[in-house]
Amino acid sequence: MDKLDEILSKYKDTKGALIPILQEVQEGFGYLPKDVMVRIAKDLKIPVSRVYGVATFYAQFYLAPYGKYTIRVCRGTACHIQGAKKVLSAIKNITGLEEGETSQDLRFTLETVSCLGACALAPIMMINKDYFGKMTPQKAATILRRYREE
Amino acid sequence: MIELIIDEKKVKTKEGATILEAAESIGIKIPYLCYHKSLSPLSSCRICVVEVEGAKSLVAACSYLVSEGMNIKTNTERVIEARRLIIDLLLSNHPLDCLTCEKNGACRLQDYAYELGITSTSFEGAKTQYPPDTSNPFIERDYSKCILCGRCVKVCEEIQMLNVLDFSRRGFETKVATFYDSPLQQTDCAFCGQCVAVCPVGALTEKVRRFRGREWELRKVTIICPYCGCGCIFDLNVKDNEVIKVTSTDGVVNGLALCAKGRFGFDFINSPDRLKTPLIRQNIEDKNKEAKFREASWEEALSLVAKRFKEIKDKYGPDKIAGIASAKCTNEENYLFQKFMRAVIGTNNVDHCARLCHSSTVAGLAVAFGSGAMTNSVDEIKDADCILVTGSNTTESHPIIALKIKEAVKKGAKLIVVDPRRIELVEWADMYLRFRSGTDVAWLNGMMYVIINENLLDEKFIGERCEGFDEFKATVMEYPPEKAEEITGIPADDLIKAARIYATADKASIIYSMGVTQHTSGTDNVFSIANLAMLTGNIGRESTGVNPLRGQNNVQGACDMGTLPPVLPGYQKVIDPQTRAKFEEAWRVKLPEAPGLTMMEMFNKAGKEIKAMYIMGENLMLSVPDLIQAEEALKALDFLVVQDIFLTETAKLADVVLPAVSFAEKDGTFTNTERRVQLVRQAINPIGQSKTDSAIIVDLANIMGYKMHYDDAKSIMEEIAKLTPSYGGISYERLEREGGLQWPCPDPAHPGTKFLHKDKFAGGKGKFHPVKYRPPAEEPDEEYPFRLTTGRMLYHYHGGSMTRRSKGLDEICKEGYVEINQQDATSFGINDGDTVVVSSRRGSIKIKAKITDIVAPKEVFIPFHFAESAANVLTNTALDPIAKIPELKICAVNITNQ
Repeated sequence: MDKLDEILSKYKDTKGALIPILQEVQEGFGYLPKDVMVRIAKDLKIPVSRVYGVATFYAQFYLAPYGKYTIRVCRGTACHIQGAKKVLSAIKNITGLEEGETSQDLRFTLETVSCLGACALAPIMMINKDYFGKMTPQKAATILRRYREE
Repeated sequence: MIELIIDEKKVKTKEGATILEAAESIGIKIPYLCYHKSLSPLSSCRICVVEVEGAKSLVAACSYLVSEGMNIKTNTERVIEARRLIIDLLLSNHPLDCLTCEKNGACRLQDYAYELGITSTSFEGAKTQYPPDTSNPFIERDYSKCILCGRCVKVCEEIQMLNVLDFSRRGFETKVATFYDSPLQQTDCAFCGQCVAVCPVGALTEKVRRFRGREWELRKVTIICPYCGCGCIFDLNVKDNEVIKVTSTDGVVNGLALCAKGRFGFDFINSPDRLKTPLIRQNIEDKNKEAKFREASWEEALSLVAKRFKEIKDKYGPDKIAGIASAKCTNEENYLFQKFMRAVIGTNNVDHCARLCHSSTVAGLAVAFGSGAMTNSVDEIKDADCILVTGSNTTESHPIIALKIKEAVKKGAKLIVVDPRRIELVEWADMYLRFRSGTDVAWLNGMMYVIINENLLDEKFIGERCEGFDEFKATVMEYPPEKAEEITGIPADDLIKAARIYATADKASIIYSMGVTQHTSGTDNVFSIANLAMLTGNIGRESTGVNPLRGQNNVQGACDMGTLPPVLPGYQKVIDPQTRAKFEEAWRVKLPEAPGLTMMEMFNKAGKEIKAMYIMGENLMLSVPDLIQAEEALKALDFLVVQDIFLTETAKLADVVLPAVSFAEKDGTFTNTERRVQLVRQAINPIGQSKTDSAIIVDLANIMGYKMHYDDAKSIMEEIAKLTPSYGGISYERLEREGGLQWPCPDPAHPGTKFLHKDKFAGGKGKFHPVKYRPPAEEPDEEYPFRLTTGRMLYHYHGGSMTRRSKGLDEICKEGYVEINQQDATSFGINDGDTVVVSSRRGSIKIKAKITDIVAPKEVFIPFHFAESAANVLTNTALDPIAKIPELKICAVNITNQ
């Protein structure tokens, strides 16, 4: 909570500071914990319902802890044709996660995206900032093993 | 004024008006979904678009302001096309289940689809699939029907000011949600239902009305709320003699706003528990046994009552009979009740529950100012620039007035809350002064010391309009803030700061209620408040004054009608021979001269000097102090008649129970807390054989040989107006036409009085009273270490006979509780939700513990609505010497964990 106090006092006199505060909080806490949102609302004298509204509007904010590694599987047209579906179901099997879920050990979060802008490498996935192209279920398994053991 | 053209018609309108307003002023209808006249424009639905000559795109009529010479077309092909597209898109994500939709017939989306001839959407695709929220007892939210207009979000922000709702997520997934999408009952939601009132489609509906009637089958009857004294107006929606729901209309006091009780607390009207026939007690000889009743005819019951009253009157004299009228009944009924007691029985022993709530106000302000009522109108509160709230948990007890206070704060008013409990208004306050309950005089004197000491007083006002200042000043100067701090616990610095804020404000208003009045020093407390207002000249102007909030729908009216022992209607004194002569002539009977007994005196003398009692519409067996003793008193009577709509705890002790009708089954008037007389209209037929209180009293009077006849409620008001100067100009025709009148309204041409004491006090000069602090009658000690205070809570009302028979209210709050501070809970080993025993010298109750910082350490609070854990078993009967109000707000108790 000291961390939160620090962030809040930094924006004490700034108007319209909700979004930068949420960003910094997320960076510090890894996500937006419920009680922290309540504190922010109180401090900024804005309704909690509004904080929640903003937090759920932007894709960048997470309301639950998310994994150390975010797996983003592309489901764009090119990837779809090249078998993204199989890759995705393999990843689901391996991680035990559905889309949008995070593993209990907070290692992986699984997301799907509409395009990663690298259709020549379809089907493609990303883990944090690294791209992995021309995926197959087997390749996915090998890559994920590496991240799991790391 | 601005001149413009709409659809080739010339319009003159004021500057700053919107196109929509201008169009509506000449009868041109523009469709809208998100716009609502009570809310600021959202401009989100875009269906109100119109064409403005010279503008490139279509503009939203709800928010676009008019300008000189504008040429507007509301019905062109381009406009219609745009509207069609919007409705088409809305229908693409809306179920077409109008067959079973509760909003069918009153749905804007349905209306516009019909007008534009759109039978189905041309955009097929996914529909949002959020499950409906049916988890609370009042409001159903069907997300599939939500058109995201934002009205519910806005009304919660602007009118209820709770901000429980907002838009969440984005795009197709957008959803109106609470914080974390929690069910409403886990949020700050007060279940006012304002969101239901403004929803243009079937997304928000009242749970109780499900499948009980189509919109076009419901008959709307405009009526006054039967709960607190705010005087809110709403429509009862009736089908087949049953009330199906309550809807907002445009009330003078409340606009569209209502509280949970007003909007959802009407099930009691058609409750199966309603009394349907007169009842006569069979085992009359043994009053200690539980009563066994048998049903009786009206003839038999009334003959018995008449016979017994006559016997007792003949044997012991008329003053051995006493009557309690009802602040829930109409003015007409209260008028007849006191007329019955005075003219037929022949006694001034008539009182009502104002004795328990604001008798000290009536006594104190009548002497200080010349009138015991609220000086200003409710609507003026929002324009005050300093509001001092003390002894009033306004948010829960007078919810609509709390909205006005919050509106004032939003507009920049300084709010000072002085209260032993950390009530919800504290969240809105600039200053919160927590004091030891019962020390009102000390902090008020301390504050006035500062004002005098710093020369912040209004010398001109005092000199010209008041008297008794020097003596008063001498007393106040005995209370420097440091001494006040010692007695009250309010830090001297805070008291000084608050005194400066109040004294330097231009328009300062004091709002108080039973926290001030229900003390053995109740009248002194009221004197002190009057002193503070006069000292600073904060009275007699708009938004500036002293405003006691009256607790019941017609408690002001019941007082006005003279159901008080020393006064006839209009506070005309019974000891005054001229007054008596006037009434004797009108009533054709000799009237008793001596003022009668007050309510607590009647109880104390029951069985001895009082042999019989007639109680109309009042559940005393929950509302008077020391219930165990009170029950003994009622049992000691030779004869007790109770007239009510339910077999209440009080009625169960009666010899004869007479079934009366509820507020929905009669015509009449109620006078709200701001002295506004408004019409109640009969909405349904009486349940069973029940009769109006008026009809019962008239029948009884006639059987007893006093001729009484009235054609209707209106003719009773005509008699009232003739005999009561302050009601002189009030008639049903005017009330119907003008929608309510505030007394004094002495003649038919008088517009009514918005605020009192303008230029001159009603009683001539304002009178300062030197008041010294006296401690409460019972203070905590080793044996009973806690200070108990009692009061109301939002979802229930008075003796609970109405609210506890309203399903939703009873579901959201089923049982009583005792608020205990965390510190005490820890040292006494009490956990939240534990059942504890609270005892005083008079009795003990079992009740659930609620651990909270609302109460200070060593103070506890219990709401008094619950018979199973009746707070008044514990309370003290000690009386204020002047007003004879019992000290319901303080007694000493002990708490033990079960």
